[in-house]
Amino acid sequence: MSANSPLSTKKPRLVVVGNGMVGHHFVEQIIEKGGHENFHITVFGEEPHLAYDRVHLSEYFTGKGAADLAMTDGTLYDDNGVQYFTNSLVTEIDRDNKQLLLQSGDSVSYDKLVLATGSYPFVPPIPGHKRDNTFVYRTLEDLDDIRDCAKQVSKGTVVGGGLLGLEAANALKNLGLETSVVEFAPRLMPVQLDEKGGSVLKEMIEGLDVTVYTDTATQEIVDGESSFHRMNFADGTHLETDLILFSAGIRPQDALAKQSGLEMGERGGITINNNCQTSDENVYAIGECALWNNSIYGLVAPGYTMAKAAAGHLLGDESISFTGADMSTKLKLLGCDVGSIGDAHAKSQGCKVFVYQDEIQQSYRKMVVSEDGQKLLGAVLVGDNSFYDTLLQYYLNAMDLPEQPQSLILPAMDGAPAALGADALPATASICSCHNVTKQDISDAVANGAMSVGDVKGITKAATGCGGCAALLKNVVDNELLSLGVEVSTDICEHFAFTRQDLYNIIKIEEIKSFAELLEKHGKGHGCEICKPAVGSILASVWNEYVLKKEHIVLQDTNDRFLGNMQKDGTYSIVPRIPGGEITPEKLIVLGEVAKEYKLYTKITGGQRIDLFGATLPQLPEIWTKLVNAGFETGQAYGKSLRTVKSCVGSTWCRFGVDDSMTMAVDLENRYKGLRSPHKIKFAVSGCTRECAEAQSKDIGVIATEGGWNLYVCGNGGMKPRHGDLFATDLDRETLIKYIDRVLMFYTKTADRLQRTSVWMDGLEGGLEYLQEVVIEDKLGMCSELDAAMDYVVDTFQCEWKTTLEDPEALKTFRQFVNYDGEDENVVFVEERDQIRPATEEEKQNLIAKVG
Amino acid sequence: MTMQWKLVCKQSDLVKGAGVAAMVNGQQVALFYVPEAESQIFAISNWDPFGKANVLSRGLVAHLQGEWTVASPLYKQHFVLSSGKCLEDDVTIPSWQAKLEGENVYIAES
Ligand SMILES: Cc1cc2nc3c(=O)[nH]c(=O)nc-3n(C[C@H](O)[C@H](O)[C@H](O)COP(=O)(O)OP(=O)(O)OC[C@H]3O[C@@H](n4cnc5c(N)ncnc54)[C@H](O)[C@@H]3O)c2cc1C
Repeated sequence: MSANSPLSTKKPRLVVVGNGMVGHHFVEQIIEKGGHENFHITVFGEEPHLAYDRVHLSEYFTGKGAADLAMTDGTLYDDNGVQYFTNSLVTEIDRDNKQLLLQSGDSVSYDKLVLATGSYPFVPPIPGHKRDNTFVYRTLEDLDDIRDCAKQVSKGTVVGGGLLGLEAANALKNLGLETSVVEFAPRLMPVQLDEKGGSVLKEMIEGLDVTVYTDTATQEIVDGESSFHRMNFADGTHLETDLILFSAGIRPQDALAKQSGLEMGERGGITINNNCQTSDENVYAIGECALWNNSIYGLVAPGYTMAKAAAGHLLGDESISFTGADMSTKLKLLGCDVGSIGDAHAKSQGCKVFVYQDEIQQSYRKMVVSEDGQKLLGAVLVGDNSFYDTLLQYYLNAMDLPEQPQSLILPAMDGAPAALGADALPATASICSCHNVTKQDISDAVANGAMSVGDVKGITKAATGCGGCAALLKNVVDNELLSLGVEVSTDICEHFAFTRQDLYNIIKIEEIKSFAELLEKHGKGHGCEICKPAVGSILASVWNEYVLKKEHIVLQDTNDRFLGNMQKDGTYSIVPRIPGGEITPEKLIVLGEVAKEYKLYTKITGGQRIDLFGATLPQLPEIWTKLVNAGFETGQAYGKSLRTVKSCVGSTWCRFGVDDSMTMAVDLENRYKGLRSPHKIKFAVSGCTRECAEAQSKDIGVIATEGGWNLYVCGNGGMKPRHGDLFATDLDRETLIKYIDRVLMFYTKTADRLQRTSVWMDGLEGGLEYLQEVVIEDKLGMCSELDAAMDYVVDTFQCEWKTTLEDPEALKTFRQFVNYDGEDENVVFVEERDQIRPATEEEKQNLIAKVG
Repeated sequence: MTMQWKLVCKQSDLVKGAGVAAMVNGQQVALFYVPEAESQIFAISNWDPFGKANVLSRGLVAHLQGEWTVASPLYKQHFVLSSGKCLEDDVTIPSWQAKLEGENVYIAES
């Protein structure tokens, strides 16, 4: 092994054992601080993969592959001279000689050592716990094994009803198993919840067809009668199940510390100080294997802080240290909101408690306050996490509670909880705990020129970890902008003191059919290039009338007015619709003939269509007459509307295809082709998870799976690429279309002008989860409205070019000059690679010189 | 000097609230018909000095802070319809007086 070879440089050797989330973050931190210049760095990891996102491990079952979860593909290490070895278990530390021994038999010397060995799942030593078909839930390999087994069987049981156990139960349920949870303690999530909270959660989870046994000890696991296993319980009852998943807590992976005699806690964990050094000053420990002040931190954020502190200390920067972390959590388990803050069990001396419970909506909230009622000490939330952010800020910043503290957990009578204003937060308030961003950091970013949530995210990384703080972040950013005197006007322009969303609602509710009517009733002045097309687009989304109708014509941008894409020289390009990129040879020949006749530059687009460039204004109707006669429709490449549905050939031809992506793509394109939206929309459909159509980079992406179709939303290529969010999995065709209808209509209804779905999603308070609630659970009670709106658009589709060709008034406007038959002499083409292209200024000068 | 008015086209050739292009003495003119404006008809050069193309007649008419302008369809600069002045840059493009008399549209030759 090369790691064993003598060094050519005299740099001290820094060795990292463990390449999990925290070990990887440590390497990132060291590199960011330039530490790879000071140290020769080597990383050993036991797993076959480089570090991956364990926090989102469950998504491995819902469409993400190992590559999606990977935190690095090794490039960062290679580029910075960090050596790394996977599949490499370190078995011994020889501290006297500063040497490590590997399972392979190799040995490696170190000057500084970092242990980031994480933890391992605790499996209770119940007789039978090593039988076949028993699993734990920690690594990608564990999940592969569980998936393989689940394919063969029908019943699964999770031992352990804590946070991870319930997440695992959800996974089993998604794998199609009849699922049970067996918890030893008297309630679910005993660490985070109190008794009442646990029982409300139990009821909710049972409502989702998961059987829950609490207060139940498993005595032995033996052969089953109807299933593979039988679990015999202490109270004499039993449960038959095929698959058992142990999730009974984690234990720090401290074997190396024990072997080498480092100081450890009574119940395990490698003892560290504020610099993350162990009892040996040359050995650091970070992440879940480390014990600070007698506590283990089983979350990723504290691990990241430790990584930062250790990296800083190694490079002589003592300003960062680890001094504990808040363990408050909010999550969604099996679709149920659960939150726990601080002293959830009301153990603080003299504390007082407020409780609110609603057995109809199934929610429970508890607030623990100090004896004098001034400070929040802890809270428990089950059923509705919208109260969490505000409570957490009161807790973290030790802020004085309002006069009626109970208002913080009581439902506000108009539906929305009273959120804490951003200006009330102190500068030190932690806004994003994943990346440790304070309100001050955000103020600084804004003071230095950040003008939007997007800017601030880019600079501070806030809200790019778990994303839980997105709504709060927006609040703080808006507040900062406001206090700097930057007016965050949401008015669309000087003519309408409304947002696009307001205008949409006004047009719909008051049944306004024209710009003039809207201006008269709700605007002032005469309109401009901002409000006119925006209103034109809304009118088209809502009423779907012909865009070149007399009263709408002046609203349209030149592209929409002439139904073509204007190019730099004032000519247009033409893109007929080719649904799904599928085209007959006959139609292909027509395109070729038309292009040849009019000498158009011809190019295949990224959306699997054909773009014909260089048509002059008067040529547009002539060319379209030929295209319409040959059966083409407008491709609306000029409009803010559906562009294309890209696809692969799918199961019809491809030997890997899982489903018929081609038919799906053609059908989707034909369904949504008439929709006018705030910005352009692109779709793609892939016939299997190889994803040849690149659906995850589209506004709407559909991927065939064994169980149906996975739907991704709000992806984007272009300037700022964004992977689509996995919205729902294994859908049948009907449900898929229903969800797409609603997502698109909700976007059309609520987005800002010229806002792509990706930006819209980033700004949506509550993000993906909120969108899922609106679309799947009908949280806003508006699904029937969205469905009807989309049906109307689909039913009233017309090809704008066909309508235009039948309308002499509209055709008249396609003249180059109203009083002259000649052409625009400034439009000059030259040849390149056997086709035309616009001449450059210089070429034009030369041509004129030659002629003249 | 007396003003010479040249007949360019008919009112029915114009599009209410938008522009059309005309050729006058070998020069491309963008004619805008804005019934709400006092003068109703405006004439400026069709040449966009930023985009270097004859496209201004195809821009959107925008009423900004009391002035009638057109936004270029290429890079969105605004030109005041009555004077040809660009709002974003220190540039002025040619403009002409224009009038509607009965059915006829005239512009002033200078
Ligand atoms: C399903 C699941 C969901 C979770 N959800 C959340 C969540 O929502 N929020 C949250 O904050 N946290 C969550 N966590 C916890 C989070 O994943 C951990 O806190 C985090 O991964 C800890 O990082 P680490 O680097 O300390 O440990 P790990 O990620 O476990 O990495 C340790 C690595 O060291 C390797 N290793 C161990 N011993 C050796 C050795 N001797 N030689 C070489 N390599 C060795 C291991 O194989 C492992 O790869 C979740 C965990 C799981 C399993």
